[in-house]
Amino acid sequence: MSSIEETARPLSQTAQKSPLAKFARKYSLQIGIFSVAVVIWLLFLAGSPRTFLAPNIYAAFMSSTPYFALMAIPLTLVVITGEIDLSFPSVMAFGMTAFDVVLTTTGSVWLGFIACLLAGVLAGYLNGILVVKVGMPSLVATIGTQFFWRGAVMVITNGQGLGMAPTQKSILYPLLVGRIGGFVPMQFIWTIVVAIIVWFFLNRHKFGAHVFLTGDNMESAKLMGVNVGQTKILTFMVVGLAAAFAGFVVSLDVQFFWPTLGDGYLLNTLASVFLGGTSVFGGTGTIFGTFVACFIIGAINAGIVAAGMTGFWTSLIYGLIIVVSVSIQTVLGKRLG
Amino acid sequence: MVDLLQLRNVGKTFGEVSALHNVNFEVHPNEIVGLLGDNGAGKSTLVKLITGYHQPDAGGEMYWNGEKVDHLSVQRARDIGIEVVYQERALADKQSLWRNIFLGRELCNKWGLLDIKGMKSETQKLMQSLMGFTSSAITAESTVKTFSGGERQGVAITRALYFEAELVILDEPTMGLSLSETKKCLDFVNGVKAAGKSAIFIDHNIFHVYPVADRIVVLDRGTVAGQFMKDELTLQELIDRLYLVAQTGDLNAKGDK
Repeated sequence: MSSIEETARPLSQTAQKSPLAKFARKYSLQIGIFSVAVVIWLLFLAGSPRTFLAPNIYAAFMSSTPYFALMAIPLTLVVITGEIDLSFPSVMAFGMTAFDVVLTTTGSVWLGFIACLLAGVLAGYLNGILVVKVGMPSLVATIGTQFFWRGAVMVITNGQGLGMAPTQKSILYPLLVGRIGGFVPMQFIWTIVVAIIVWFFLNRHKFGAHVFLTGDNMESAKLMGVNVGQTKILTFMVVGLAAAFAGFVVSLDVQFFWPTLGDGYLLNTLASVFLGGTSVFGGTGTIFGTFVACFIIGAINAGIVAAGMTGFWTSLIYGLIIVVSVSIQTVLGKRLG
Repeated sequence: MVDLLQLRNVGKTFGEVSALHNVNFEVHPNEIVGLLGDNGAGKSTLVKLITGYHQPDAGGEMYWNGEKVDHLSVQRARDIGIEVVYQERALADKQSLWRNIFLGRELCNKWGLLDIKGMKSETQKLMQSLMGFTSSAITAESTVKTFSGGERQGVAITRALYFEAELVILDEPTMGLSLSETKKCLDFVNGVKAAGKSAIFIDHNIFHVYPVADRIVVLDRGTVAGQFMKDELTLQELIDRLYLVAQTGDLNAKGDK
């Protein structure tokens, strides 16, 4: 077929720039968040060297940050599609309720674990259906399901918790929350595994390509044949699955399931996604950013305590982080757009 | 000869608004059809029926190479060889050029694994051979939002071209383009003809449509008001008749034909 313009033109100048400059340009977001992490770490190191030079604090990071990092990483997908999910804290507890019911009736930890994950997928699917098929704004739909699942948990459990002692004999216990060499918690390894899997699907798979396109311009994506609805439903299901898994990991680690499980995870999870540079407007975001941001958020929590401030400050600071990071995105977006 | 595309008695209603009714329309192999019509005549709706974006009302039939097509989806339409250059370009602004070229048709294996290297190198080739990008700052990695109107159009056209469509639909392709960019666009339509493929060329500007079209179809108030081969009438006659349509809804003056 004839071409619009026959003359071939020399390739771009950027191709001739140094590889370092190219790298810096391409990964500016990731480099930025990583630098922020290093600066905060140095600040804490200078502020309370005794705490931050001891290995204990890092063991604590690796054990508690995964609780919400396991959800923040998949939540990044939902935010990239331009939607939001606020129901995951309740889904953590809903999954564990399914575990509770199945464990008490069958006595099998494995069946309970599978029921827990399925319950999470189901809750995510419901969110997806409400947003895609019913057409509700995801903000409203997932506030609704947040209350709904919390209510379901309370009704089913009658507000009663569940001791997790039976799980200690299961292989799941050392597999999910054991300590490698008595120091590195398994949930930290699982967080890295989840990050790699989600990164892979986002950046190397058709599904991820459609996630970006859906969030960037839904109309264009539809016109060019992308199944926008299916893509969104899938992202919600992934978050549901992740929330149930995180709920299981937390309960296993602390050896008790409280029906209030999930309270206190909403802010730090959301703050991690937005601090990580994922655009609240959809279309852009990185898994690396969210991953590093999770540990920044975790460190801030520890830092607040180490600095002698009360825990009351954490909420204030997480809120501030969300507002500031989204403001920066918005302002930069306007300037560049 | 079997028509490449044939619509029989096709209509489309949105709620209570009838956008199209009783449309009979065909495209022959290797033919450029100019589709003219005022705002609200139903041009864009017709395009979206042909591309599977909207489903026609019950009763309408669509044939592709003589075979009946039911429940056409956008993906299916692209698979059988219908590509569109949309009025709004249908680009994803924050994504790289290569992601836009392969939007909705990513190169991947049967497990859905993307062939990123392949897509980037194809994009690089297309940039040199087809898009004619004059700005040296553009690479396959550049995000599309920095592009000019003509460059964006180049991306949309290249995309249609790359997948070797049997039928290319251009929906107001010259809108917002400079003079030289418009010329490129018209050259592209001639290129489609030379390659033995077909096109539907929709535009407000009959000075753009007339020179490249083989046949001109006039849409008015949701239905085909008339059509003629280009050889049958001069540009001036066409203009006169379009005025007539706009006023009376009829292509032919009373007593004519």
